[in-house]
Amino acid sequence: MRAPSEKEAKTAEVLLAIEDVSLSFGGVKAIRGVSFDIRKGEIRAIIGPNGAGKTSMLNVINGFYHPQEGRITFRGEQRRAMRPYAAAQGGIARTFQNVALFRGMSALDNIMAGRTLKMRKNFFWQMLRHGPAMAEEVEHRRKVEEIIDFLEIQHIRRTQVAKLPYGLQKRVELGRALAMDPDLLLLDEPMAGMNLEEKEDMSRFILDVNSQYGTTIALIGHDMGVVMDLSDRVVVLDYGRKIADGTPEEVKSNQAVIDAYLGVAH
Amino acid sequence: MFYREVGQYKTNYVADQAVFPILQDRIGLGVILLIAFVVIPLTGDDFLLNAVMIPFLIFSLAAMGLNILTGYTGLLSLGTGAFMGVGAFACYKLTTIFPNVNILIWVICSGFFSAAVGALFGLPSLRIKGFYLAVATLAAQFFLDWCFIRIPWLYNYNASGAIQVPQRMLFDIPITGPTATAMTRYYVVLTIVVAMTWVASNLVRGRIGRMWMAIRDMDIAAELIGIRPLPTKLTSFAVSSFYCGVAGALLVFLWYGGAEADVFNVNQSFLILFMVIIGGLGSLLGSYLGAALIFILPIVLRMLPPALGLEIRSVTVEHLTFVIIGVRIIVFLISEPHGLARLWQVTKQKLRVWPFPY
Repeated sequence: MRAPSEKEAKTAEVLLAIEDVSLSFGGVKAIRGVSFDIRKGEIRAIIGPNGAGKTSMLNVINGFYHPQEGRITFRGEQRRAMRPYAAAQGGIARTFQNVALFRGMSALDNIMAGRTLKMRKNFFWQMLRHGPAMAEEVEHRRKVEEIIDFLEIQHIRRTQVAKLPYGLQKRVELGRALAMDPDLLLLDEPMAGMNLEEKEDMSRFILDVNSQYGTTIALIGHDMGVVMDLSDRVVVLDYGRKIADGTPEEVKSNQAVIDAYLGVAH
Repeated sequence: MFYREVGQYKTNYVADQAVFPILQDRIGLGVILLIAFVVIPLTGDDFLLNAVMIPFLIFSLAAMGLNILTGYTGLLSLGTGAFMGVGAFACYKLTTIFPNVNILIWVICSGFFSAAVGALFGLPSLRIKGFYLAVATLAAQFFLDWCFIRIPWLYNYNASGAIQVPQRMLFDIPITGPTATAMTRYYVVLTIVVAMTWVASNLVRGRIGRMWMAIRDMDIAAELIGIRPLPTKLTSFAVSSFYCGVAGALLVFLWYGGAEADVFNVNQSFLILFMVIIGGLGSLLGSYLGAALIFILPIVLRMLPPALGLEIRSVTVEHLTFVIIGVRIIVFLISEPHGLARLWQVTKQKLRVWPFPY
């Protein structure tokens, strides 16, 4: 099913390249000399057992953690460390493993907040909330409503997100990330704690985002079946090292990966 | 039965994003404004205007200011009294240095001085949160208190150490000073407070309000969608202090008529904080409700025994008032920790589905 885009991915340009990145917290080495790239338009999975450094990797890409060594090249611009604000401006959006929504706000406001960077009208107009400020608000509202339609969450628009069930919170969080019109979407365990139906819905949204908006996606997953089905290429981390990188088929048959997941007799 | 949005369809986003999307709410607001602007001045006596309504509105404004900071941005502050003081002293200095400029311009301008001071003392908020920030703002409170007492330039070297409000006119009608009538002062305060409430409601519903609330609810995720914490927090401090500053200037110029630095001590900060907590964090309506409960209720309680013909010594009444207010605060916080504004929300929801339970 994903065959055509796999071919595209091979020829497409590299959007983000990680080279020899190492990250440690005191004596704990979270990531050790990992290199891989994410190509434009692909779905790239990062997998690995618990504590492999997957989330740390996303945090490095995003600018929350600053690696001690290595380089990150995003859209041809090389840097040692990103700032979260610069990453957001550059078009990197992100969802969290433990939903990180603005709990006191409605679903609509959460997604609208995702458009903050695109809104330009200054303080004065904001005070009046008429004329240009209102026009801007409506323009972005229209875009947000498109996302709400896309994610099928029309009915919970006005609900405070803290009151929503977990699966819907995950969806709102995806909506907030999509509202940024990202070039690169980082999904940290988008399917964690979901039942089969919710997983299927989320998979559908991820594939649709990729094909409709052409967004490049990097996702972390635990559920091997889902991850292997969704992604074009997979990178496997274990104890902060990269142990495999390739198409799902290649990774599945890789002995190091099997050992890492199933354990190996010493 | 009558309070329902049934049949009120919105056909565009402007109507959908209105502050009061339900018709009944808009009628209610109109009635309240009508009472405030017409009924109260016509029927009320000087006592109602001077001792109840004017201070109630001013405290509501200060509570609104603190609510922007604490309720909407999640930054706890104990410096409200001091920021009000900055507004009052700035207004006093400005109007004595430039007596020919209209006093209302200086009242608003004094807000900017307060905003600048507030933003300065808001700088630590980047690194510290919660109670620690409260302590940092407490430092602002004591430092500014000290300034108000120790820098005689601020009160023009008055022997008493107090500021005396000079008489100032608007369209040849005195609005400050001893000759201004309660009614004129009431109208001035009411107009300013209503206008600033409107601005605050615009701010919190737009991009800036969403940025504040995003920082309050989850600062890491906020940073990730491109909201820089420091400028957002400082904006909140500035806007909040602006409101407090104007409230402070109004307090001295249109209510007290003169004040010492003591008015702006830490007790004032706590009083405003209680109003915000009781009224409801993150609600503009809550600011009014909180101010009403904390400020008007004691007045009513004090008037109650004489009205009922009970002969209680005024000192006893005073003490009883404290007890009753304290008990009510505790009861409110236990039964509805989200404040009076939430109680109102629940009531509205109940009205919507009445006569059915849900």
